[in-house]
Amino acid sequence: MNSVALDMQKEFKMLQILDTDGNIVKGQKTPKLRDEELKNLYRWMLRLRVYDALAIKLNRQGRLGFYAPLGGQEACQIGAMAALRKTDWLFPSYRDLGAAMYHGWPIADTFKWSRGQIGGMKIPEDVNMFPPQIIIAMQTIHAAGAGWKFRLKGEDHVAITFFGDGATSEGDFHEGLNFAAVNNAQTIFFNQNNGYAISVPLRKQTKSETIAQKALAYGMKGVRIDGNDIFAVYTAVSEAAERARKGEGPTLIEAVTYRLGPHSMSGDDPTRYRPKSEEIEWKEGKDPVKRFRLYLEKKGLWTEEWEKEIEQEMKAEISAAINEVQKAPIGEVEEIMEYVYDEMPAELKRQHAEVLSWKEAK
Amino acid sequence: MAQMTMIQAINDAMRVEMERDENVIVLGEDVGVNGGVFRATDGLQKQFGENRSIDTPLAESGIVGTAVAMAALGMRPIAEIQFGGFIYEAMDAVCTQAARLRFRTGGRFNCPLVIRMPYGGGAKTPEMHSDSFEALFLHTPGLKVVVPSNPYDAKGLLISAIRDNDPVIFYENMPLYRSVKQEVPEGAYTVPIGKANVVKEGNDVTVIAYGNMVRLSQQAIEAVEKERGVSIELIDLRTISPLDMDTIFESVDKTGRVVIVHEAVRTGGVGAEIIARINEERILKLEAPCVRVTAPDTPYPPTLIEDKWLPTKGRIAAGIKKVLDF
Repeated sequence: MNSVALDMQKEFKMLQILDTDGNIVKGQKTPKLRDEELKNLYRWMLRLRVYDALAIKLNRQGRLGFYAPLGGQEACQIGAMAALRKTDWLFPSYRDLGAAMYHGWPIADTFKWSRGQIGGMKIPEDVNMFPPQIIIAMQTIHAAGAGWKFRLKGEDHVAITFFGDGATSEGDFHEGLNFAAVNNAQTIFFNQNNGYAISVPLRKQTKSETIAQKALAYGMKGVRIDGNDIFAVYTAVSEAAERARKGEGPTLIEAVTYRLGPHSMSGDDPTRYRPKSEEIEWKEGKDPVKRFRLYLEKKGLWTEEWEKEIEQEMKAEISAAINEVQKAPIGEVEEIMEYVYDEMPAELKRQHAEVLSWKEAK
Repeated sequence: MAQMTMIQAINDAMRVEMERDENVIVLGEDVGVNGGVFRATDGLQKQFGENRSIDTPLAESGIVGTAVAMAALGMRPIAEIQFGGFIYEAMDAVCTQAARLRFRTGGRFNCPLVIRMPYGGGAKTPEMHSDSFEALFLHTPGLKVVVPSNPYDAKGLLISAIRDNDPVIFYENMPLYRSVKQEVPEGAYTVPIGKANVVKEGNDVTVIAYGNMVRLSQQAIEAVEKERGVSIELIDLRTISPLDMDTIFESVDKTGRVVIVHEAVRTGGVGAEIIARINEERILKLEAPCVRVTAPDTPYPPTLIEDKWLPTKGRIAAGIKKVLDF
């Protein structure tokens, strides 16, 4: 051990405001939120919990396509987006549909996207987000570019991107953070460190003790937080956004969390790579929804009826959405040909006519 | 009108467009203070400032990837890749992100981005600098690919590329940067993307080329015309994607004999695509099999043998004679 080496666990001590029993950690301040705002956060976390359970079910029934479960990461996605403005820009990965829905992406559109149905491509004009990124870590470069653009143009927005622990190994992660730092981009890099990149644990991903410490090398602020504590998330993202808007540069936030479900619904079996006891520990001991519920309950802001009401409401929305989606057109090949270029080139026009003729051939 | 080299014409195109539209910016390695290693962006930082002529960190994926987001959010970035051979570092940003952004958002986001790259043999660069990878981008839906062969076209095509709402790969042939001077109008004018140029009309053979191969083909054509007493048409593609097949078909209808010249390797190249389309639409007009004069299918060679590897005037002339003598 180098004698001048920093103690990273100390330098990047994990911020926790709300403990696992729903109590405020001694000496910590809760974010300034009114009761209604607190209830809204909980309502959204619960909505995601219901969404996740039903999306898994719908996938098993063959009614959804690709789905990457987000259960366990509700505090990250809701806490972060709630700390931002509707005018800010989101660069999500495929596991961040919760953040996207909070930002305004309709439930039905997430289903269309999952199913591979044409409407899923069209993100509504009033929702400031890129489509979920599939190529790991590329969204960090896009968010760097957007945050840099806001800086160049003197705009008051921030760009936030979500990515997992595996993404920090990609070259694009390095390029994204470096570009953002050098150019003082108004960008927040929100890392959901859920411990595994599909099956590969963090210790095989990086020799760094923490992900937050990687910020040091880029000359940017690095913060490590309990990602299952919505107050820690909200606080860290609020502060990062304030710094970004003031021109004080980007922030790397490492939110320590856990994916309760499999990597995706395409055959991943977590029992092959992580112990059941670990799952149970996170599920029962550290659950983000439960801990916030306990907090609200102590404040007299939570009742069982209200919980049921939110669940019923979300179930109804999901049921309506999936029914609508299954009735909506899946799309036509000639239609997607319109999206490739702003104006269709001659050869594509020829192929367009050919595609139309396939219908007669059928 | 001023006499300009191609590098001056390219510089002038960017200057004119940056004056016209404040959303046009240039970014890349050494493009700011230094004005680019070939001086393509010379003086732009002085005129437009550090926020519009931007020295970036040395990272191709970062350059193109950040420019993609900026383009989607209303800017018109011109990203410079220092040498075309380095483009693989940015391949995801180019082919998965820039090319598909409009498609994967159902038309919500355009990606008005220009990626400028020097390429081409004969400049005696170290290995991995000079390759001609245009066919990779022809094969990628969502991109446009432009290759000017002279200063006038370079300026007009680059202005078109900057104003285009889709991502455009703009290939600049290194030996052409300073070897030719030409009258270039002041101010803005456009040469349309997707339109080939009939450099010289002829009745007996159609020679199709682009970039530096246009000049070389011209020399070969003169020699064969003199020797054989034939007349040969020369088409400068100017745009690789989308290909201007109308101009090609019109010429094939007239000549029935086709030679395609490119310095890129042969297999899966631009020539292959053109021949496929000629076969699909004009096979009965052909008097001879089409001939490709290209580099052989090897990686770009060591510098001292590049002149042997690249198409030569003699090899092009031999190709023309082959279709004449069939």
